[in-house]
Amino acid sequence: MKAVKAVDAESSRSALAERTGMAAFTRVAPARAIRWAVLVVVLVVIVLAVPVLLSTYWVQILTSVAIYSIVTLSLAVLMGRVGLVSLGQIALLAVGGWVALRLGFAFGPALPFPLLVLITGAITSVIGTLIGLPALRLSGLYLALITLMAAAAITQVLAATNFPNGGEGFLGHSSANVGNAVLARPDVMASDAGFYRVVVVVTAVMFLIAILHVNGKAGRAWAAIRQSEAAAIAAGVNVTLYKLWAFALASFMTGIAGCLLAASAGGLTTYGFPTQDSITLLAVVLMGGIYSFWGPIVSAVLLKLIPEFLKNWGLPADVLTILFGLGVLQAMTTAPAGLAVQVPKDLANLGRALTGLARKRLVRVPAPEEHAR
Amino acid sequence: MIEITGLTVHFGGVTPLDNVSMVFPAGTCGLIGPNGAGKTTFFNVLSGFVSPAAGSVRAFGTDLLSMANYRRARWGLRRTFQTEQAIEALSVFDNVAMVHEHCAARQSARRQEVLEAIAFVGLDGDPDERVGTLDARDRRLVEIARAVVGEPKVVLLDEPAAGLPEAETKHLSDMIQRIPEQRGALVILVDHDMSLVSACCQVTAVLDFGKLIASGPTADVLRNEHVMRAYLGTDDKV
Repeated sequence: MKAVKAVDAESSRSALAERTGMAAFTRVAPARAIRWAVLVVVLVVIVLAVPVLLSTYWVQILTSVAIYSIVTLSLAVLMGRVGLVSLGQIALLAVGGWVALRLGFAFGPALPFPLLVLITGAITSVIGTLIGLPALRLSGLYLALITLMAAAAITQVLAATNFPNGGEGFLGHSSANVGNAVLARPDVMASDAGFYRVVVVVTAVMFLIAILHVNGKAGRAWAAIRQSEAAAIAAGVNVTLYKLWAFALASFMTGIAGCLLAASAGGLTTYGFPTQDSITLLAVVLMGGIYSFWGPIVSAVLLKLIPEFLKNWGLPADVLTILFGLGVLQAMTTAPAGLAVQVPKDLANLGRALTGLARKRLVRVPAPEEHAR
Repeated sequence: MIEITGLTVHFGGVTPLDNVSMVFPAGTCGLIGPNGAGKTTFFNVLSGFVSPAAGSVRAFGTDLLSMANYRRARWGLRRTFQTEQAIEALSVFDNVAMVHEHCAARQSARRQEVLEAIAFVGLDGDPDERVGTLDARDRRLVEIARAVVGEPKVVLLDEPAAGLPEAETKHLSDMIQRIPEQRGALVILVDHDMSLVSACCQVTAVLDFGKLIASGPTADVLRNEHVMRAYLGTDDKV
């Protein structure tokens, strides 16, 4: 009898929860719809209007901002969602560029561009996952060091082999100046404006893939891994699989960014991917924020747009190093417990503390007056 | 029923579990002992975080130790942690749903079963609220909801009442007692709150310095002089 009653109570409670859940859904839905609508409108404006309004020079710069936002996105997902630090993303970007050029020169127009992008992503993904294998055993500083060393090794190899430029053999590079290491673009995106539009669309797709991951089964598993691997295992998460999947996804995206970079104006040069850029990338990604999807966009703007402004204002590029240094210092000092986890929490705490202080003041001020009366 | 035979764990020169053999019958079983007795190590062996040097664990006829640690949750082994480990970044619903999606295949019933588990532990707030904003009691309840969602076979509760006020412990006690009957799982409860253990557990085992010093009906075990001595110290030590 008792048991039946308890079950009854339970089902009525779950029905209540169901209802409140539904209420929450209908409450959230319009806001979410509006947000998506705004995003789509902004995206359409960015895709259609920007190339018309700006000069070729700025269109090329915005193209590179979009491409690099894919790279910052990949690092932000790794660090912010899974809690893995990688200093190898710039090297993987170069790998993506190399693979794309190699395939591009090998197959020419026979290989459709979208397919080339996907294959490049897949191959880079395999390489990036291999670099990520130590992540199964290491974390934090040691993982950062391993990935940095891997990046340095890749940079060294690239300096020796160079990017394919239509030469003979497996490496496809000829020092006899056969041509630039630039990927031929199909007619649709032959103009800089056309290419810019394609890049923005691809970037949007990458963000969509990342958002779907983070809000899906993978994102929930990553959130558990980030907080406590023991808790993740106890929940039935195959930690090895999900960590490798994170590296695979991040390097897939970075590889695609490399492919787009190889097709952008001027092509690729080996000195375009110095190892220290991976550290600069980490700095701007931390500054931009690793927990929201706006963070990577801010990071890419810091990385690629701000230097152009400085150049236009006649300021030396070294100013940037100082600015990034200060920016990271600020980010780090508010995150003493661990650089990958604490930033937004601490900022929120700071905000709460400040509003608390302000409220206290407001309460305390009228008190003496009342007392005097 | 869980049968533990000759379980031994070494950490360097320390032996947190020393040739422990015991049987946990269906229902709610207590596992008590002073700090450092090996209770949490025992849970960690069951969870697969610690590999024993010797011994076997058979749960409902299955050899637990031969199973990969993350597969044990799918099999039905669930646990809570001494320092509560509800996932802060996720909502209450997602916290429970993520266990369900890794442990149970029935996607169609997910929403309903997750809400059932949330209701079972007595969480009545918004299931879409983020766990990071909840208080200590609600986080513990979320963790227990994670442990009972779907079809758990064995639920390990590691000091669920630690730091909770008395009124909350009462609620917790009532809920733990309903787990075997309503969720169909064998519960092993580790706690220092003896009133909680005696209220929930028909049988209790006592560990001290890695050795099993007593087991049997809870009331008898708590009156056992070896147990008293383990907790309070012997006369000659004082």
